[in-house]
Amino acid sequence: MIAAVIAVALLLAVAAYACAGGTDYGAGFWDLTAGGAERGKRPRWLIDHAMAPVWEVNNVWLVFIFVIMWTGFPILFQTVFSAMWVPLALAAIGLVLRGAGFALRKPVRRIAGRRLYGAVFALSSLLTPFFLGAAVGGIASGRAVPGTEASAHAWANPTSILFGLIAIVSTAFLGAVFLAADATRFDAPDLVGYFRRRALGSLVALAVLAGIMLSVTRSDAPHVWHGLTHGVGLGLVVLAGACSLATGLLLLRRSGAWSRLTAVGVVAAAVLAWGAAQRPYLIPTSLTVAEGAGPPSSLRWVGLVSLVAAVVVCPAVAFLYWLDTHGQLEPLSDDDLHRTEPGRDDPPGRGRTDRKDPVHGGTTDPGPDGPRDPR
Amino acid sequence: MHTTVTLLADAPAQLLPARQLMAFTLASHIILVPFGVALPLITLVMHYRGLRHHDPVALLLARRWSAVMAVQFAVGVVTGTVLSFEFGLLWPGLMGTWGGVFGIGFGVEAWAFFLEAVLIAIYLYGWRRLKPGTHFLLGLPLPAAALLGAFGILAANSWMNTPQGFTLDAEGKPVDVHIWSAIFTPMFGPQYWHFVVAMLVTAGYTVAGVYAVGWLRGRRDRYHRLGFTVPFTLAAVFTPVQMLLGDSIARSVFHKQPVKFAATEMVWRTDTRVPEYIFGRLRPDGSISGGIKIPQLDSYLAGFTADTRVTGLTSVPASDRPTAAQATITHWAFDLMVVLGSLLLLLALWYGWCRLRRRRLPRSPWFFRGAACAGVASVVAVECGWVTAEVGRQPWIVYRHMRIAEAVTATRSTSLWIMLGLVIVVYVFIFGSLLAVLLKMRTGWRLADARPAAGERHEGPETGTPYGPRSPVPAGDPRSSGDTGAAPAEDGRP
Repeated sequence: MIAAVIAVALLLAVAAYACAGGTDYGAGFWDLTAGGAERGKRPRWLIDHAMAPVWEVNNVWLVFIFVIMWTGFPILFQTVFSAMWVPLALAAIGLVLRGAGFALRKPVRRIAGRRLYGAVFALSSLLTPFFLGAAVGGIASGRAVPGTEASAHAWANPTSILFGLIAIVSTAFLGAVFLAADATRFDAPDLVGYFRRRALGSLVALAVLAGIMLSVTRSDAPHVWHGLTHGVGLGLVVLAGACSLATGLLLLRRSGAWSRLTAVGVVAAAVLAWGAAQRPYLIPTSLTVAEGAGPPSSLRWVGLVSLVAAVVVCPAVAFLYWLDTHGQLEPLSDDDLHRTEPGRDDPPGRGRTDRKDPVHGGTTDPGPDGPRDPR
Repeated sequence: MHTTVTLLADAPAQLLPARQLMAFTLASHIILVPFGVALPLITLVMHYRGLRHHDPVALLLARRWSAVMAVQFAVGVVTGTVLSFEFGLLWPGLMGTWGGVFGIGFGVEAWAFFLEAVLIAIYLYGWRRLKPGTHFLLGLPLPAAALLGAFGILAANSWMNTPQGFTLDAEGKPVDVHIWSAIFTPMFGPQYWHFVVAMLVTAGYTVAGVYAVGWLRGRRDRYHRLGFTVPFTLAAVFTPVQMLLGDSIARSVFHKQPVKFAATEMVWRTDTRVPEYIFGRLRPDGSISGGIKIPQLDSYLAGFTADTRVTGLTSVPASDRPTAAQATITHWAFDLMVVLGSLLLLLALWYGWCRLRRRRLPRSPWFFRGAACAGVASVVAVECGWVTAEVGRQPWIVYRHMRIAEAVTATRSTSLWIMLGLVIVVYVFIFGSLLAVLLKMRTGWRLADARPAAGERHEGPETGTPYGPRSPVPAGDPRSSGDTGAAPAEDGRP
């Protein structure tokens, strides 16, 4: 019973990573396809702009997935990491390069350097979800049996490759939907259409891939196929389909405020459908949830830790997003302090606390009154 | 020598590259840890000072440090994520068998880290528009989150040193797990406090060292004075504490992991009146060459009397203890850490004397030369402490329960060597870039300090840094070209 609860928690963490991390990777995908330095300037600006405050929070979900896996289902963790050695190793390297490429391309001024860091960021945004998706495909098709050693068979097969491609297209879809909304938020109307078209394109691609997947998995991953076409799994597939239609309509109607929600619904429902289809297996037909579960006391503690995490982290993340979307998170600059320096008698907060002031009100007049600082 | 060769021949081929890879990634990651754990605290102390005394210089320093904090945190996130991949990629046996017992610490770490990432983002981007008090209060939980993260990691590591909280069934699988006692193992307390204070001291000395260099180069304004004294005072206050904690952890190792203690002190045979060797080399036959020998001191240090019985390496079979080479490495790392710690203590005492007695900073340039090196010295000491803890545990990954060879992946060693090569290349690229970014920030700040007062937000010192102001809209959109692009228009908000 407790094992099933933790399995659901694991699935929810995977869904959260697919949505939060996926949006992040999707931004990288559109960075890659934005075109040359000049043509891609504006989309890239938006991508940088939108990702800056929140991007690194997204990857912590992955660490969370691992922790639930190795504490709650140690055999699953061991099996997956043994069998999928190559894709997971490549995904890890991709993660490093991606993070570093994104964080470090901004300081680079020379165009060649920016290209290098940008390419590193964009390419690894493509490769990391592909390999993670391929690993999931290997699990779904039941190729990673406990005791399997690293082999290409486990991840280079039709289902894995298809899952990898679906991972890429879903991230692109999420990324485009979110960036279209961000373009509205950051007042760049031309980019709204730009990303809306791309969101619709990737939605179509996603639908095509989903269709192919249903035909491929029928023979290649029969257990999951059966789960996806019956019962709860089918219900979630239908939900994902409904969310896709809603997203498509919202994108077409140009009032796309709700499209983010439905887009997340598509991906989350798809992940949950996969999880429901796998029941009662962690790895179809070789490792059930009950067999793979760790000691019961550990499971209870994983549950407790996840609960605390949910109680503490969710409001914090929500608060971060709220602050960000309400314009409360402003980049730093020396001038904020210079404005406070005219005298010790002037409390440091005064002059910059007025939230209703236009942001640049304080700096258009740089304050000739007084020394900047005692140096 | 004979035993070493036999052991190496028995070891799976994957062991060496897997160990090298883990060692390399950990050694790199650990450089960033002090700044993740302790820099928030140091920054908040400075921030508090700035708010309390309406001190713009202190606020400026705090804000600049917060930028450094963010950049290193970003790199720390990726190197840390790699480590969690490596648990599975390199040591599936460890996680598969024991994950359920000791893995929970990482769960605590994960959500603490999550919280830290959120709080750093808020702190970093909240400088301008949040009310100063609110902004400071939102930053306050940062050190607590950092301590909690360290709690999780250290719980896991100390469990590997003194595993408990489970019973083994007939197949040797752990059952009947008591998480509470698996977290609070005998080594947990000593390791945790030694680690936390090490992080604080290291971050303090490193930050102060930057301003010590400026001081030596003649930049003796209030900015440099404040930038030096606040972190240095924090570090100096905790240096004597760290010596006591170091002594206490050594004593805990003596009691709880006697073989590790024997390796650390190169004690071959169990005996009383054991001499202390400072450096030196342990030969496979048990003799020691080189080093300075101090009769009876080791027994004194371990139990305060010469009659204290110190367990030797030969008390367990050769296959259950570190090899002579590993013992020598452990010993050198330990001695180097102690020597560096003692030098830092002298520096701290010098500083304390001048501050308390003379009410001023020391005047000698040698003090500032020492202070400039103190940061590097403490980073080296941290690395040494980690080597002592990890190499001294050999050949066990879970002390007395699982050997490293049993935990290692079955993946071909060639793949592991290729991975090691790749990781080294990637890390050199990343750490090189990190250094370049930090130097660039410094240059930008110097330029900003040198130029006359002006509200040049458009080319502020951090425009080009990873977390600097977000860049303006590129040409082509007349609506925003006059704007810095940093702020959404009032009506543009959702």
